Amino acid sequence: MSDRLKSIEELRGLRDRLRLDRDPEVPTIIIPAGTCGQASGANDLIRIAKRELLAGKLTDQIHLCITGCHGFCETEPCVVIEPHGTYYPKVGIREMERIIRAIRQGKVCEELLYVDPDSGERIEKKKDIPFFRTQVRTLLSRGEKIDPIRIYHYIENDGYSALAAVLAKRDPGWVLEEVEASGLRGRGGAGFPTGLKWEMLSRQPDGRGKILVCNADEGDPGAYMDRSLLEGNPHSIIEGMIIGAFATGAEEGIVYVRDEYPLAIKHLIIALRQARDLGLLGENILGSGFSFSLDLMRGAGAFVCGEETALIQSIEGRMGEPRQRPPYPVQRGIDGKPTAINNVETWANIPVIFQAGAGSFKQTGTPGNSGTKIFSLVGKVRNTGLVEVPMGMSLGEVVYNIGGGSPGKARIKAVQTGGPSGGCIPSGKFDLPIDYDSLARAGTIMGSGGMIVMDEQTCMVDVAKYFMNFLKDESCGKCFTCRKGTQRMYEILEDISSGKGRPEQLHLLKELAEVVKDTSMCGLGQTAPNPVLSTLQYFSDEYLTHIEKKRCPAGVCKNLITYFINTKCVGCQLCAKNCPAEAISGTKKEQHLIDSGKCTKCGACKTVCKSDAVEVR
Amino acid sequence: MVRLEINGLPVTAEKGETILEAARFLGFPIPTLCHLDGLTPYGACRLCVVEIGEGTKAKLVASCTYPAEEGLVVRTGSSRVVHARKMVIELLLASCPQSKQVQDLASAYGVRWQRFRQEHEECILCGRCIRACKEQMMAGAIGFHGRGEKRALGTPFDKKSDVCRLCGACMYVCPACELRCTYQEPEKAICGGCANLEAPCLEKESFDDRMCFLDPCMACEIRKEVRKE
Repeated sequence: MSDRLKSIEELRGLRDRLRLDRDPEVPTIIIPAGTCGQASGANDLIRIAKRELLAGKLTDQIHLCITGCHGFCETEPCVVIEPHGTYYPKVGIREMERIIRAIRQGKVCEELLYVDPDSGERIEKKKDIPFFRTQVRTLLSRGEKIDPIRIYHYIENDGYSALAAVLAKRDPGWVLEEVEASGLRGRGGAGFPTGLKWEMLSRQPDGRGKILVCNADEGDPGAYMDRSLLEGNPHSIIEGMIIGAFATGAEEGIVYVRDEYPLAIKHLIIALRQARDLGLLGENILGSGFSFSLDLMRGAGAFVCGEETALIQSIEGRMGEPRQRPPYPVQRGIDGKPTAINNVETWANIPVIFQAGAGSFKQTGTPGNSGTKIFSLVGKVRNTGLVEVPMGMSLGEVVYNIGGGSPGKARIKAVQTGGPSGGCIPSGKFDLPIDYDSLARAGTIMGSGGMIVMDEQTCMVDVAKYFMNFLKDESCGKCFTCRKGTQRMYEILEDISSGKGRPEQLHLLKELAEVVKDTSMCGLGQTAPNPVLSTLQYFSDEYLTHIEKKRCPAGVCKNLITYFINTKCVGCQLCAKNCPAEAISGTKKEQHLIDSGKCTKCGACKTVCKSDAVEVR
Repeated sequence: MVRLEINGLPVTAEKGETILEAARFLGFPIPTLCHLDGLTPYGACRLCVVEIGEGTKAKLVASCTYPAEEGLVVRTGSSRVVHARKMVIELLLASCPQSKQVQDLASAYGVRWQRFRQEHEECILCGRCIRACKEQMMAGAIGFHGRGEKRALGTPFDKKSDVCRLCGACMYVCPACELRCTYQEPEKAICGGCANLEAPCLEKESFDDRMCFLDPCMACEIRKEVRKE
């Protein structure tokens, strides 16, 4: 349908023509409809908005734009009105109609605005909301006003202009220098300097067929930054990869997406087709003489395939099992060809570097850690969502200023960073700056950017057990120490959390964890002991209480707790009615009793009790 | 030729050799389990780990798969290496005490007990049988299935194999069913006795028809006794 763009001038001409058509003053209803938005009901809001705009013949006066996730997941489904920047959180179906009416009258629905829980004030603009205020949303903001499956939106908003600038200079060496000067480090977790990796790839002799890969496997439970980027702005990754191909001499590229991301896959397929149709992928891109083809490949449900050598095996059609390095993928990768693998977020940073310039990119962050990082802030914190902050911001700032602190009365105890391979940082160390080296020194890793907040009601032994359970199932099983070690560590943690722990097992756990870390071949095994080692280091008192006193201080480990009704009970019988095990007895207005033999410790009684009479001991 | 340093001695190795090959050629002892001359190295058992590098950058790598590189500094018996090896052996005893190779390793490294829950697994998933079948017998009838706890080995979809010629190479190279220790003391890890009554072969029903090198394999003998009853 669209003509191929044959030159940089044609691309710029298209962009200028698209901009002429748009009047920036026209109000636009933006409805974020990423996976979480859709799950919260954004599709109903879209349906109603379309209906109202068509019925009222308003489509010229009010525009509608469906975008990817805006990051404040706690408030989804939300609606944003540009150009004012009005933010409506948790919009219901009835409220959508009122919002449209208000826009027609040029007004704002005061009663639907966000309320700051600390001050009680209503805040109109998104940028003033505490969650957003201190973030630096360089990457995420690029997707917040565009429809991800309309390439024209992307181009109109300066999309592919970085590529144009790179191709106009006709100097791959300059591109490599800029990436190196920017100080960009791999956002997949290891933090390897991207410029160095690309330089190593470009030095490989041509003619062997170099390949670029985008690692979109994102296996960490609780991490969804890459999903958000792929759903909301797939073209930014495509643009990054084309620039990378130009710089390193790669001719083909693969985006390896985990199969569990259907919306990201759908948007990528559409975006790739659009880019090919416009001539931004394929032969002789924009008349520069350089060619690059990009394809999609779906994962098959293995966490270990996020590891780069296992990913290569998977692409080759084999079982996802890591390989010994050296030789490194840049020397011998897919089918023996030199391959450079980068994370989604790393690719998304490339157009930013070439639009703003490497020097400007380096201004954000700290020395040795330039740019921003997206974190998925989840757990026992008020404002859950995707947070993009400059490297070097302290953990405390993220958890308290942006995250809003604890949602209830329980005190925040720790933050786990880096997914199942990461360690826990106790709240006493929340002044730690978030950068690769500081986190590594503290016994954890940056990882892909998961940040799980834990409070006094989280049992750290249970946390270690939970992650070890995940890792023992996801280990590929090749290395004897990783496979058996994760199983045995889980066994010991199970013993401890069920009250069968013995004091000598603590020492054994630490010894085993250290050997697994030392002898495993790939990153999975090398980092699997981190949750255990860091909780042993910072929360050893909890372990000792489980072992010596057979008690779980946080009230989580089922074998060590009993549910008990105290004298605050008014006898309303709500708990008895809600107990799935029929374990509560008692007459009206009398203190009820829980039969601990029947009690399954599900916690339903505690949730429904209005008198705060259920205790966990 | 590649120049490197092993245990403080400057040595040379052929280009393309692994650290294990270079070290063994020069007489440095390194224990292995999943390694077998004539098969491509796999790196599963982690017994052959050696320490490379210096200072904070020192790390352990499997010598059977790590290439001998120019300028590498290798230590085959540092305390970190020995400690790791002992833990590996302890884990092996905890899983497969009935294998004589494991028993021999335990006595060579002075591992007298294991502190985990005792298991008696038939297979340590070293992959020797798979590699022997594919590379030496050119059949490729068996392979790995699954991941993590569920990792096992067998024929595709556990169906009867068209390419298996019943040569018995898999049993011949298996460290777990090779020579069972015959001392009867079932409660302890060392000399745990033969707790395996099932031979880990392809078709357990027609085991009697198998061309078997192991004579006598305790599993076979014990099964005959059980069958008589």
